[in-house]
Amino acid sequence: MSDFAPTASWAAMRQRAALLRRFRTFFDDLGFLEVETPLLSADTVVDRHLDPIAVNWHDSGNRSTKQPMWLQTSPEFGMKRLLAAGGEAIYQVTRAFRCDEQGVLHNPEFTIAEWYRVGDGYEVGMDLLAELAESLLGTGSVDRIPYREAFKRHAGVDPHLADVAALRQAAVDRQIVIPTGFDNADRDDWLNLLLSGCVEQQLGHDRPAIVYDYPASQAMLACVRTDDPPVAERFELYVDGVELANGYHELRDAAELRRRNEIANRQRQADGKPALPASSRLLAAMDHGLPDCCGVALGFDRLLMAATNATDIRQVLAFPFDRA
Amino acid sequence: MASYKSNEFRKGLKVQIDGEPYLMIEMNFRKPGKGAALFECKLRNLLRNTVLSRTYRGTETLEAADIEETDAQYLYRQGDMYVFMDSTSYEQYELTADQVDDAWKFLKEGQGCALMLYNGNPISLTPPNHVELEIIECEPGAKGDTATNVTKPAKVETGAEFQVPIFIKQGNVIKIDTRTGDYIERVNN
Repeated sequence: MSDFAPTASWAAMRQRAALLRRFRTFFDDLGFLEVETPLLSADTVVDRHLDPIAVNWHDSGNRSTKQPMWLQTSPEFGMKRLLAAGGEAIYQVTRAFRCDEQGVLHNPEFTIAEWYRVGDGYEVGMDLLAELAESLLGTGSVDRIPYREAFKRHAGVDPHLADVAALRQAAVDRQIVIPTGFDNADRDDWLNLLLSGCVEQQLGHDRPAIVYDYPASQAMLACVRTDDPPVAERFELYVDGVELANGYHELRDAAELRRRNEIANRQRQADGKPALPASSRLLAAMDHGLPDCCGVALGFDRLLMAATNATDIRQVLAFPFDRA
Repeated sequence: MASYKSNEFRKGLKVQIDGEPYLMIEMNFRKPGKGAALFECKLRNLLRNTVLSRTYRGTETLEAADIEETDAQYLYRQGDMYVFMDSTSYEQYELTADQVDDAWKFLKEGQGCALMLYNGNPISLTPPNHVELEIIECEPGAKGDTATNVTKPAKVETGAEFQVPIFIKQGNVIKIDTRTGDYIERVNN
């Protein structure tokens, strides 16, 4: 078999085109503006577990190497800069790139859909995601379950209060294979192991489910609500055990983002990875003022997988990474 | 010795774990909750055939196992040992009955097969997908009955028994699928 041929069927490619149209129509009808921002940027997200692809380039005249640019891991920075400059309700369907992420649910280059609306609080942000899922997947009303409840139900632990020993015991009880080198794993590592090993696959089966109120330590770019314990205003959409989308009530505090970047870079270096540029035009935009808003990023290929009952992302990509 | 980083883990890799060779038979990349990547692997021990489940994180490496495959011919059996000859180097190799496992059923003198060598020593063999074997013992066939869905047991030259259609006679040569042990066809009259 030659590898020039697509791995997706023509039926899947037609469904992709149709789903893209319906996605755009959904947001157009709500008055969102479709925007485009650069794929290649001087800025990149600083995340412990997200590795952007660096692009080295030269001045065509003297061949001197320039500062590397980054392929975006999501269009988040560009879109938030637009919001800081007066954007109100915007969406985009584009490509994102994440180094080394390859598997039945991952391709290093993938299609990402992202939207933001100024004035949307946490609840409204989740409502909009639920409405989109109901509209595009036709699977009935979307269930909502707090992260804490999902863990209590499916892992038998309180994810906000359990210590590392209790989380380890829960993993052992559920016969989850403990990864090698997990001796120095922190609480979030254990939570993610449980999420992957026994929680995720239980989510979103009869109908899609939105999991919300993540541990504050997993806030990423979401703001943290000072409950007891404090929780990140972050939510994820699950369909048939697969995560399709991630949303934030967006962090607006530039000082807090600088602090998180610094922590992420320290962790990256402890993990043996290079630090990433801590300053960015996003921080400049946040210094200028990011309005209160919610934003969601959705893995469009996975949405298409859910709509077509595909089990491997290769079934919905014309040319996956090994045929790119 | 070469090694593989976790981002190179793929089904089919032959790796060394705790001093033994393993074949990666499943590899599942997961990245839950925006956390660290997990590489969930199932690995088959190439010496003992047991299956091991291991999950690795993004920063780990596995040593490559020194595994090679070579074409060989089955020569003869000596007690509990099966003797083979490398088709290119003419070097002789011995496998125990345990290592040969069920493949003895397909081993007639001169039969070609693939030997797996670990650190230069043979550890297992794979017969070709199809082998031809002569019937040495079976009940007489019912005349004119050419149905293939009714079967009877028949002993072949290796001493093994296979289910064959009623019309097969002693002295016939039949083709067997070694992956399933199923009769495929009669190759002469």
